[in-house]
Amino acid sequence: MSVKQISVFLENRPGALCEMTKVLADEAIDMRAFSLAETSEFGIARIIVKDVYKAITVLKDADYVTSVSEAVAVAIPDVPGGLHSVIQSIADAGINLDYIYCFLGGQTGKAYLVCKVPDVAGAEAALAAKGAYLVDQEELSEL
Amino acid sequence: MERYYQPEIETASREQIRAWQDERLVKQVQHVWDNVPYYRKKMEEAGVTPADIKGVADIRKLPFVTKADLREGYPYGLLAEDLKNCVRIQSTSGTTGKRVVAFYTQHDIDLWEDCCARAITAAGGTNEDVCQVSYGYGLFTGGPGLNGGSHKVGCLTIPTSSGNTERQIMFIRDLSATILCCTPSYAAYLGESMKEMGLGPDDIPLKAGIFGAEAWSEEMRQEIEKTMGIKAFDIYGLTELSGPGVAFECSEQTGMHINEDHFIAEVIDPDTLEPVPDGTYGELVFTSITKEAFPLLRYRTRDIVKLSHEPCSCGRTFVKMSKPRGRSDDMLIIRGVNVFPSQIETVLLNKGYPANYQIVVDRVNNTDTLDVQVEMTPEMFTDNMGEIAARQKDIVDGLKSMLGLKAKVSLVAPKSIVRSEGKAVRVIDKRKI
Repeated sequence: MSVKQISVFLENRPGALCEMTKVLADEAIDMRAFSLAETSEFGIARIIVKDVYKAITVLKDADYVTSVSEAVAVAIPDVPGGLHSVIQSIADAGINLDYIYCFLGGQTGKAYLVCKVPDVAGAEAALAAKGAYLVDQEELSEL
Repeated sequence: MERYYQPEIETASREQIRAWQDERLVKQVQHVWDNVPYYRKKMEEAGVTPADIKGVADIRKLPFVTKADLREGYPYGLLAEDLKNCVRIQSTSGTTGKRVVAFYTQHDIDLWEDCCARAITAAGGTNEDVCQVSYGYGLFTGGPGLNGGSHKVGCLTIPTSSGNTERQIMFIRDLSATILCCTPSYAAYLGESMKEMGLGPDDIPLKAGIFGAEAWSEEMRQEIEKTMGIKAFDIYGLTELSGPGVAFECSEQTGMHINEDHFIAEVIDPDTLEPVPDGTYGELVFTSITKEAFPLLRYRTRDIVKLSHEPCSCGRTFVKMSKPRGRSDDMLIIRGVNVFPSQIETVLLNKGYPANYQIVVDRVNNTDTLDVQVEMTPEMFTDNMGEIAARQKDIVDGLKSMLGLKAKVSLVAPKSIVRSEGKAVRVIDKRKI
């Protein structure tokens, strides 16, 4: 059920992100979600794309170090309290979140939550039991 | 009035010095031929026997010895005395895990301490002085050497060793230390700390400092002298030869007098290996002619210096060498510690990372900084920031145990390290010395 997230190592200096987004733009990589985490020295860009294989190939060709990991994606109603209900389910299940990020789904009227957790399958089972709407790669790609 | 520790030696005529050197060299060559198979083999390969060496004029017939010989011979390969006659070892900071271990008989230690006593006396030290030795004690020669010299001069010796700045300053003030021995960067650091405590030159009892084991500039000397209200003297030495005191500065402060009754100095062109004249920079080569346990013949120090035989106003007749201007190999001296880029490479390779790195050395507030920039690799990268930080720390720890130095490790983008003609530039030394 999970989605594939690409992580890219970036130096923390002016222009470093711009160089990477240029590669993605030049190669017409269609992104669904984008998030950037940073320390004082380096950053990690986390991207969800339509075509994972192509994105990794163009990034590697441009000498970027990448890794692909599984994450849980959940569709939530774009209304006040929508995020809270999913987070409540995660808390109830005793799951520790590494990090999350959210994006809006445009015409679907939904918001989407991407959760990085140590145990993807366990988290998905717990969320499904609570009636959460889990999303897979294909569904995200069609947004 | 210039003072000497051993006036009859330090102001001997050039003829006398040459006579000592001739006699001692002949004896030393016979000593190593008889007792060190490694030397005998080297000399046989060079087609020379002790009979060919009748004095200093013949020294060029002897083969050179390099650090590689010392490493190959580790630990006993160049030992020239029965171990039961040896009383001490000292050791350099290691390279790729192998250190240089130097052995001393009691006589060797005696002569070494004499050399240090000459340096302390040249800096104005007498038995009325209080000498604080803030060089590290232990395998490093700095502490033990100056400690012994200070005893010989009769100074009250404070063996603080390095570190614990507050305690250093407390002893300097409470026991009225008049002479300070340490690395120049530590002296500058102590000076800054005293300044921050609101202590001016008049509040600091010190009158002289003997600073060595790393490169320092004339500007740094002036800064230290001003901050602490002292006269700062340079001292030179290598563990391979004994330790500090191979050469030392006098009141003229225009170079360091080489203790020529114990060491024959040559300066050569590192490429052609031919001697260069006085005043021309070249690689310094030493022969230790009085060492019993660990004698070295024509040891290539890799330090680039020039010599001067001009008469010195201090009255000493020993030749003077300039401060080393650089090295003829890739060794870096960082905070007094010898660092080869290959050691850093070894740490990375041992941890399973490719050796894509660059060393950036700088001097911030008079202290050397070492920044090892490592190119991020797929092996090292994960989506987890905590894990990357842990791997970074693992490299820092590995470098610390290999070099004995705390280095900063920066992770940089792949292929971001400058490559000239395909070869990565390994070292960027930004220090202005």
